[in-house]
Amino acid sequence: MLFSIPVTARLPVLPLVPVLDDARAPAVPLTALDTVWFQLTGTLCNIACRHCFITCGPKETRVPMMDAARVRQFLDEAEALGARDYYFTGGEPMMHPEFWPLVDDTLARGPLTVLTNGILIDADAAARARRAFDRARYSLDLRVSLDGMSAEENDPVRGKGTFDEIVAGIAQLARAGLSPAITVVEHRAGMAAEAARTSFLAFARSLGLLHPRVKFLPLLRIGREERRTHGYGDDEVATLADLTLASEVIDAVVCSSSRLVTAHGVSTCPILLDAPDAVLGATLAESLRPIHLRWAACKTCVVEGLTCRT
Amino acid sequence: MSNVTATGATYAVFGGVYNNWLALEATLDDAARRGARAVYCLGDLGGFGPHPDRVFPILRERGVIVMQGNYDHSIGHDLGDCGCGYTDPRDNHYAQVSYDYTRARTSASWRPWLRELPPTLRASFGSQRVLMAHGSPRRVNEFLWESTSPDPFVARMMTAHECDVLLVTHTGIPWQRRLADGRLVVNVGAIGRPANDGRRDVWYALVHERPGGGVDAELVPVAYDWEQLAAAMRAEALPAEFVETVETGWWTTCLEILPAKERARGRY
Repeated sequence: MLFSIPVTARLPVLPLVPVLDDARAPAVPLTALDTVWFQLTGTLCNIACRHCFITCGPKETRVPMMDAARVRQFLDEAEALGARDYYFTGGEPMMHPEFWPLVDDTLARGPLTVLTNGILIDADAAARARRAFDRARYSLDLRVSLDGMSAEENDPVRGKGTFDEIVAGIAQLARAGLSPAITVVEHRAGMAAEAARTSFLAFARSLGLLHPRVKFLPLLRIGREERRTHGYGDDEVATLADLTLASEVIDAVVCSSSRLVTAHGVSTCPILLDAPDAVLGATLAESLRPIHLRWAACKTCVVEGLTCRT
Repeated sequence: MSNVTATGATYAVFGGVYNNWLALEATLDDAARRGARAVYCLGDLGGFGPHPDRVFPILRERGVIVMQGNYDHSIGHDLGDCGCGYTDPRDNHYAQVSYDYTRARTSASWRPWLRELPPTLRASFGSQRVLMAHGSPRRVNEFLWESTSPDPFVARMMTAHECDVLLVTHTGIPWQRRLADGRLVVNVGAIGRPANDGRRDVWYALVHERPGGGVDAELVPVAYDWEQLAAAMRAEALPAEFVETVETGWWTTCLEILPAKERARGRY
């Protein structure tokens, strides 16, 4: 290509539009509100991955950071509704100025998983995480994203130099006696094959993790990933249309038991951050209703079995 | 944990037999010695260990009140997998090895009995409404771990299912918690496999009636002839990883499903 645009260049992020109407989109009941996700830093991140499905980055503030008091209000509401667990995501949630107090406040109510790129985890942060882990009655789980076992594999998608920074963060956690789960996006074919899983586990062990865990995630072809490769085709959307979901599929998809809280309100799921139509209300109570799988990316959850849960 | 003075009846409750007929006999002997009025089994009779047909007659002859776990449902209906609810490929691999073994060696004559076991049990201990479920009251293969079952969540489920005492198994690690309002949740653990605590004993629960109608639970370790079990597992060519668990008390498989807090306590 003669005039290639750097993929990290900032282009306007367009709203995610539905591809099916309610009549043809599969319905998903909310079986129970088990999990509450917090888009803690909105779209603010310290890196700008080329496959980011919600186009986060250092200058991406279109979904603002959540006010800590607002997070606590939602925690109160979630607790009253009997929520089972909580997730912090972003962007990079550790960029939130009240990240650690919010971790403690959340852990006082239930188990918490933090999705991070690991870059901000220095010795102090790792020690802080260890204290939170030890003190809490409920489980604190960390999930660090790393997209390869080498800089050659990881850096083209996550950014130059990020492999070394992420691995350093994981090693800090290992030194503090914590074993984060490593999540790997299958940005190249074959990354999640059995042999690759085995070598990734061995690699995780080589970083000092006593209890290594690796979770592979399929690509979501929206956001920046749509520009890196391509979006969803009409034939893929067709696999979703008029589908009656089996009860196992309903149980497996995140939207049957979770909601996402952002500075803009309560939304269907963490994937549909840029879908204005996925906003269900201003409170969790307003979001407790069935939804329809109207977006092309829903195909990845229904057909490829993606779950954002650890 | 053993200095409990019972004034009312005591009930024994266990789960996860996993073909371990030796631990089953030891548990029933222990419960009898402690004066259990009735004995309940919360399901998952097969998997992991050797010779599945040995546990059924023991349960029947000794009058254990048995309910159905996901394993019993799958074996009873001759399904292709155990429906354990694992998500990791390695966990699923070992689950399939043990399921295929159990399925091939469970006599067809036991399948109707397994199929017809009730999915939940209700009882009254003292004045308490007791609900027994395998995983959770809402899903047979839901994992209720101590570190991922916060009080409001447990309370919501117990209110929805109208019980004062909730007894579950499925995870294989025992725990109990009294909610602020006095309701009690107990994961009775499993008697078929050690609890990933580095000891070879297995665990079950005794529920004691108290004056005034309340109940307390006591988690009880049981020693059994693990060397005989390990030898039988080797003779049946079951995975060496399973035998290691019996011999060390540390889990070697089905680890990915453990929450970070429970996993950190184990060796692997």
